[in-house]
Amino acid sequence: MVDFVGLYNYWIVIFLAMAGLYIVIARGNLIKKLVGLNVFQASVFILYISFGKVTGGTAPILAKGIETYSNPLPHVLILTAIVVGVATTALGLALVVRIRQEYGTIEEDDIHSQDESM
Amino acid sequence: MMEEAINIVILALMAMTVVAIVVMRNLMAVVMLSGIYSLLAASVFVVLDAVDVAFTEAAVGAGISTVLFIGTLALTTRIEKRPAHTPLLPLFVVIVTGAVLIYGSLDMARFGDKNAVAMQHVAPYYLENTKKHTGVPNVVTAVLASYRGYDTLGEVTVIFTAGIGVILLLGSWRRGLTPPLPHVDDEEEA
Amino acid sequence: MKEYLVLRVVTKLLLPFILLFGLYVQFHGDFGPGGGFQAGVIFASGFILYAMVFGANAAQRILPDGILRAGIAGGVLIYASVGIMGILLGENYLSYNPLAHHAKEGQHLGIFLVELGVGTTVASVMMTVFFTFASWRED
Repeated sequence: MVDFVGLYNYWIVIFLAMAGLYIVIARGNLIKKLVGLNVFQASVFILYISFGKVTGGTAPILAKGIETYSNPLPHVLILTAIVVGVATTALGLALVVRIRQEYGTIEEDDIHSQDESM
Repeated sequence: MMEEAINIVILALMAMTVVAIVVMRNLMAVVMLSGIYSLLAASVFVVLDAVDVAFTEAAVGAGISTVLFIGTLALTTRIEKRPAHTPLLPLFVVIVTGAVLIYGSLDMARFGDKNAVAMQHVAPYYLENTKKHTGVPNVVTAVLASYRGYDTLGEVTVIFTAGIGVILLLGSWRRGLTPPLPHVDDEEEA
Repeated sequence: MKEYLVLRVVTKLLLPFILLFGLYVQFHGDFGPGGGFQAGVIFASGFILYAMVFGANAAQRILPDGILRAGIAGGVLIYASVGIMGILLGENYLSYNPLAHHAKEGQHLGIFLVELGVGTTVASVMMTVFFTFASWRED
């Protein structure tokens, strides 16, 4: 059996990411697509933080008497990514509200058929 | 040992939450589940020693994001339409992508390995020199604000742009009383 | 919300502690987890709680349009100005060493100002976005 505990994190992350991708491409409701995008983003964050974990280390805050720290670099990257993700979500939700005002619906199929029939 | 067990259990809970999000059609429940998902992700971050990231994910993902989704739900619909297309093609794409990614993960460094390539060169430099250069104990803050200050400037600009974008799209809020919004509730199809 | 007495009383009791905790996280980001982003979001969530319980109009009386928009732009301005100060004092953009007599004090001051700018912008943007969603009507 492949090193299960060593790779479990990555496989669960791949499952979560694929579920998020499925929501984005297979569902027509715009709000649900945005939820799927958030799910996908959070799973990628877990992947990066898993890369940085050191067995037996602690949080990267310098203190007396601690020898091993976890890698601080992924933490910095993901901190930026989380906040950029919420900015994207806020803008996407504002667009959904405007689309609802213009088309009367937020289902992708109805919007397409309204566009084609114009 | 305990840490690994907690890690495995919380990630399994997240997988169950995601399956529920995919299947459910009531958008209010979906938004609540995504808030739970963010909170579980924050717990995983604590177990993986990323305390700053857990703080941010809990505040932003389980807090602000959920509130904004509920605000949008109040201005649009609550129920998702029943899917009209068959899910075979998306399922096929997702399974193939997942299989390729799992094949790629077999080569990766094992979880928690101290000698992985990702831990060399830059990270030990920051850990050793933060005290000397900046005198700040929190290495993540020192890297974010001092060593990598440019990136943080770009990030603040992104947030600024998102705020400006929302103001442009939805307009400034009106003065005076706002009447209750008439929202259309789609009836559950029998 | 007139009927929900418990919500109103508890919100009024909790609000100062939430704002105080936000300020604590902002200024102690050097010594523990925290920093500008987390502090901005916590600060904003205090006011969002107030707006949810007492209505967006009441919150708007405390923080009118102008102040929030000044906050959004002001944070970015503070951050960029710290960078320009680095150039004016002889070194590179966003270099904190020349800001005080010793390099370490300069770093402390630089990190403090930069996180302040980040916290201001994040809090103002989160509050603006929520208030925009909460009091939007179709016209």
